[in-house]
Amino acid sequence: MEDWRRGRSAFWLIGLGPTFWLLLFFLVPLAIVWLYSFAELRGLVDMEVTGTLDNYARALDPLYLEVFGKSLAFAGITTAISLVVGFPVALAIVFAPPRWRPVLLLLVILPFWTNLLIRTYALIAVLRVRGFANFTLEWIWEQSNTLLSLLGLGSYQLLGERFEPLELLYNNTAVVIGLVYVHLPFMVLPLYAALEKLDRSLIEAALDLGASQWRAFMTVVVPLSMPGIISGAILVFIPALGSFLTPDLLGGTDSQMIANVIERQFKSANDWPFGAALSFLLMYLTFAALALRAVLARGRGGI
Amino acid sequence: MNTSGDAATTRGAPIIEISGLCKRFGDFAAVDKVDLTVERGEFFALLGPSGCGKTTLLRMLAGLDLPTEGTIRIDGQDMSLVPANRRPVNMVFQSYAVFPHMTVLDNVGYGLRIDGVAKDEIRRRAEEALDLVKLGGFGNRRPDQLSGGQRQRVALARALVKRPKVLLLDEPLSALDAKLREAMRLEMVNLQETVGITFIIVTHDQSEALSMATRIAVMDAGVVQQIAPPAELYEFPASRFVADFIGSVNMIEGRVEAAANGRIRLACPGIAAPVEMEQDRLPAVGSTAWVALRPEKIDITKEVPPEPGLNRVSGVVEEITYLGETSVYHVRVAPDLPLIKVSSANLDRVTRRAFTWEDPVHLSWTSSCGVVLDR
Repeated sequence: MEDWRRGRSAFWLIGLGPTFWLLLFFLVPLAIVWLYSFAELRGLVDMEVTGTLDNYARALDPLYLEVFGKSLAFAGITTAISLVVGFPVALAIVFAPPRWRPVLLLLVILPFWTNLLIRTYALIAVLRVRGFANFTLEWIWEQSNTLLSLLGLGSYQLLGERFEPLELLYNNTAVVIGLVYVHLPFMVLPLYAALEKLDRSLIEAALDLGASQWRAFMTVVVPLSMPGIISGAILVFIPALGSFLTPDLLGGTDSQMIANVIERQFKSANDWPFGAALSFLLMYLTFAALALRAVLARGRGGI
Repeated sequence: MNTSGDAATTRGAPIIEISGLCKRFGDFAAVDKVDLTVERGEFFALLGPSGCGKTTLLRMLAGLDLPTEGTIRIDGQDMSLVPANRRPVNMVFQSYAVFPHMTVLDNVGYGLRIDGVAKDEIRRRAEEALDLVKLGGFGNRRPDQLSGGQRQRVALARALVKRPKVLLLDEPLSALDAKLREAMRLEMVNLQETVGITFIIVTHDQSEALSMATRIAVMDAGVVQQIAPPAELYEFPASRFVADFIGSVNMIEGRVEAAANGRIRLACPGIAAPVEMEQDRLPAVGSTAWVALRPEKIDITKEVPPEPGLNRVSGVVEEITYLGETSVYHVRVAPDLPLIKVSSANLDRVTRRAFTWEDPVHLSWTSSCGVVLDR
């Protein structure tokens, strides 16, 4: 590091490219959108930056606040489910025989190799009325009925006259299932990284001192993997909050998330200033979540 | 060192009874048909080279590994398959395994909290345990503010506070520096006498085992080679492995020519006169046996020693190892025989020592100062 600081010219030369790139393609567009959020529409396509706060005022309308609230709820539930599902997965990988670990990790990140759109359509094929989930349920229903007939209970139709397929698609549940499916790897990987560093003898010490498996897990494993839990929660919560493809394809009319509203402003509604204001509100919300996390971390001794 | 005179130690069944204990990983037997009893109040050591199965045996006592075969009885009760959290034993881990996210006091009180002991009592007993290991006043520190030696004391206090029937210690001193290690040996012995709990320690360091334990089990390749008090182990090793592992030894191979009335005569290649030794256990006549001689039991002189009845051999000093209080002379007695090590106290300053390189010397030893081993 010291050598790098001494060779200033080389440092600048190498740093210049990325800096220029970030400036031109990240900060400048962001600044433009930020300016748009203070603009007014003039006619169909033109707009003028007038410094108005009307767009933000409109965004705080109960109609949109409800969508914001719903997005937060979706993202929160997704994070919670990902944590509950991801923790055992990460634990299982850590405790698997060493030669199995790379394969299991590969399985976790395998979905990344397929386009999100294709994966979401695959999920539709699973969840729809004539989909694989219902086929499986129907098969179980038929087998159970056969079993009941064999037991001489066939005539009572205990399981209903015919199989009623479940409405799994185009509702809030489908959106949460989709969001968890898409974001689970982002939870598993940081958890794995944290658990892998955990000294096994700490768990054994807890057991030796009389703790049950569950107690050892809650008093030793969970607190010591807190950095992984927090990283995973952030990595799931933030992208989940801004999702638009999943609710668009899997959700019903009332499961729109804030990103769907934003997308509509930029495309069909052609109201860029309002879309920009909503975008920045979403960003502020994300910052607030990060700030909350920082405050919580300081309270616990800065993990 | 023994606390048998203490009123607190109740006589009765052994605290640990192990019989036919095996632990196999696939085809490999880490522990192979071990039989072992440990009496109440003992300071027992499991000694052996790394990979000999001593740690696996200790982990089976703790319940962290379960045996493939055999039984473990603790205080008369069969505990073979009882999980770790329901055994009346506690362990000090080699890495100490002090919980990094808890204060010292919370670490020590952890086991009591699990047991649902009242808060005030947890505090009182934890502080008592910290005083016992000389860490009074450290309760509010965090483990990362402690040295290695202090972390070990926390681990000790954390295990002792639960008043286990047996305390298991896995290489407790291996991570400490040499000076601290010496001091801790004595402290551990004193601690054990104070609390009166049976200690079982695993170590690969023979001097650690000899200086601390009341009895030692020497293990090799999953098998217990010998169980004996330290002095017996050193003076009367039962096998070449034990003789070689405990301290330094000269192993002189020979053929048994005669064995009767507690006397054994061996013909050893490279040594002119037959070697005569005294021993109760007699090897078969005609078989191969080894005379195990400790370096300090051999006399080294310039002249032929005049006393009759000694075993003698002459040679040339080939190497000298200076160890401070003693010097070890490596003597060549025959071209194809290993050098014989003889240690001699440096009573005089080293500049005036009696022998130097290439000196012709005479070695002699009495017939009762070594053992004859047939395995």
